[in-house]
Amino acid sequence: MGNQTATNKQLTEQPWLDSTAQPFIVIENVSKHFGDFVAVNNVNLNIYKGELFSILGASGCGKTTLLRMLAGFETPTSGRILIDGIDVTDVPPYWRPVNMMFQSYAIFPHMTVFENVAYGLRKEGVQPAEIEKRVADMLELVQLGGYGKRKPTQLSGGERQRVALARALVKRPKVLLLDEPLAALDKKLREHTQFELMNIQDELGITFVVVTHDQEEAMILSSRIAVMKQGGFIQVGMPKEVYEYPGSRYVADFIGTVNLLEAKIESKDGDQIVAAAPEMANHVRAYTDLQLEVGDSVCIAIRPEKIYISQNEPDNDDDDRVAGVIEDFGYFGNLSLYRVRLESGRIIQVSAQNRRRSVERFLEWDDKVFLSWRVRSAVVLTA
Amino acid sequence: MNNKRSPFIFSVLAFGYAFLYIPLVSVIVYSFNDSRLATVWGGFSTRWYGELLRNDQVLDAALLSLRIAVTTATFATILGTMLGLVLARFGNFRGRTLLTGMITSPLVMPEVITGLSLLLLFVSLHGLFGWPATRGFSTITIAHITFAMAYVTVIVRSRLAAMDQSLEEAAMDLGCRPLRVVFDITIPLIAPAMISGWLLAFTLSLDDLVISSFVSGPGASTLPMLIFSKVRLGVTPDINALASIIILLVSLGVVAAWLVSRRMQKSLPSN
Ligand SMILES: Nc1ncnc2c1ncn2[C@@H]1O[C@H](COP(=O)(O)OP(=O)(O)O)[C@@H](O)[C@H]1O
Ligand SMILES: [Mg+2]
Repeated sequence: MGNQTATNKQLTEQPWLDSTAQPFIVIENVSKHFGDFVAVNNVNLNIYKGELFSILGASGCGKTTLLRMLAGFETPTSGRILIDGIDVTDVPPYWRPVNMMFQSYAIFPHMTVFENVAYGLRKEGVQPAEIEKRVADMLELVQLGGYGKRKPTQLSGGERQRVALARALVKRPKVLLLDEPLAALDKKLREHTQFELMNIQDELGITFVVVTHDQEEAMILSSRIAVMKQGGFIQVGMPKEVYEYPGSRYVADFIGTVNLLEAKIESKDGDQIVAAAPEMANHVRAYTDLQLEVGDSVCIAIRPEKIYISQNEPDNDDDDRVAGVIEDFGYFGNLSLYRVRLESGRIIQVSAQNRRRSVERFLEWDDKVFLSWRVRSAVVLTA
Repeated sequence: MNNKRSPFIFSVLAFGYAFLYIPLVSVIVYSFNDSRLATVWGGFSTRWYGELLRNDQVLDAALLSLRIAVTTATFATILGTMLGLVLARFGNFRGRTLLTGMITSPLVMPEVITGLSLLLLFVSLHGLFGWPATRGFSTITIAHITFAMAYVTVIVRSRLAAMDQSLEEAAMDLGCRPLRVVFDITIPLIAPAMISGWLLAFTLSLDDLVISSFVSGPGASTLPMLIFSKVRLGVTPDINALASIIILLVSLGVVAAWLVSRRMQKSLPSN
């Protein structure tokens, strides 16, 4: 994606494109076994300074274990971890230049908000006057000014989250690790807090590594995302890349919604292929960089929002199209979701922006419709 | 349905309470009996309480029992807390199962066996090292610590199991060394469990008759031992007065332990 044409500005903003850039965190062949169970399986990853990096995966795939190895609570069974050029694989947590925000927030219940945030500084031996100031500044930053004397039991979920954040940030770590930082918050608060987190990260310039199972959260927050499955990474990239150019069915399906069509390549012309998709009753076109041969089985992925739905047959032959019948639809305010049944019985999901305000719906159950999409919108997957 | 069942439940409850508390109530009532005969009501009086205070034998025994109970409770709490920490936090070290079994065995071991084996231990120690020279305060205290410690361990361990371990990890993450974490985080959070463990150990020690009888020597009688030996000569009203005081003390201990454990529930973090 524009590797060759990257400008200097791009390279400073996206250091992973720069082959000469020094990664800030290096995870090298790291595995973690619990008895016979492999929780993390030979993972390699470079994270650059100032990134807000997300590790995204289903529950139980080993995200927390990986994060705990970065924090020092678990020792890798094999492999090394470097932070800022120093091998920290065997460095205990209390000596690592890293702080963690726990999934449960782990606020000390017997201390006030002030004491909680001051704790790390006390352990560092910072002067009381400076502690006072730094804690006050940090509480201000997370919008908890004046909360210092409160006990944790007197805080709401969102406030506890911010105390945990302040407590981890006040030590000015090189890296902040966040385990499902927003999972315990309700939807509205979560959206608000996402942007707060991004602002704070931007302001302090600390490298954030966030673990989440929420793909939307990862998309919004991150500079880059690593998609994890069964202890290994299956794709690493910017949110846009991972969404628009998924490398496998799993990623395409995990990140957002997608229509996956099995197909067989019938002809090939440069980077354009034409494939027979039995479920579509006709041919599908797509562009791909993959080295494929005529006769190869592939999977064509098309996102619901890339598909136009209309009652009149579109006359644009540049686009691919197929006819179907509306099986079901849902109205979501800003958009509508349609489930369209093709002649083969296959259901295709389509989402459409509700641009016009109207009391009646344009499309109803059993309406005959045409679906069409730009050929460039179809993604060819082999894995 | 509830209405139909409630008379039954009520009578079961009444019977249960009666069964448990009529003996205690009668002891307390008769401690205020003016008559010298323990079983004949001769009017209200507090003379037996006054007589108790003038009875040196009783006072000595009471003092000994209290000294033993306080020492036992304190040591049992310290040792039990350490064991609870080891069992709950040090993962799966070698011999963990064995240690668990050994610690909890005093809870189920017949007191006669515990008492007898401790007596044999003290006797052979005396033969080998000349210690303990006499059996009394120290031997009884050691014996009490061995079984009271087991109760404290169980209480502390269950509190630790209910506690979010990431609290301790968070402290370490913020730069605290593991040993210091115990004092900064763990102990303040299990303090209620330690207090109720202390109170329980205190009550158990104060109550104990069998083990004390085995490991005490001539001239060292705890309060339960004194009562038991006096009762063999017939129940006298001053014994009732003494028993009433003990009932009061133990009830206070139980209520205090209950209050502490209720606070402990409340102070648990809500998530
Ligand atoms: N200390 C441990 N002992 C044994 N198994 C563990 C331990 N910690 C985690 N696991 C296992 O490793 C897997 C990954 O766990 P985790 O990293 O917590 O997943 P995630 O955070 O992605 O949900 C899970 O199947 C979990 O049961
Ligand atoms: Mg997790």
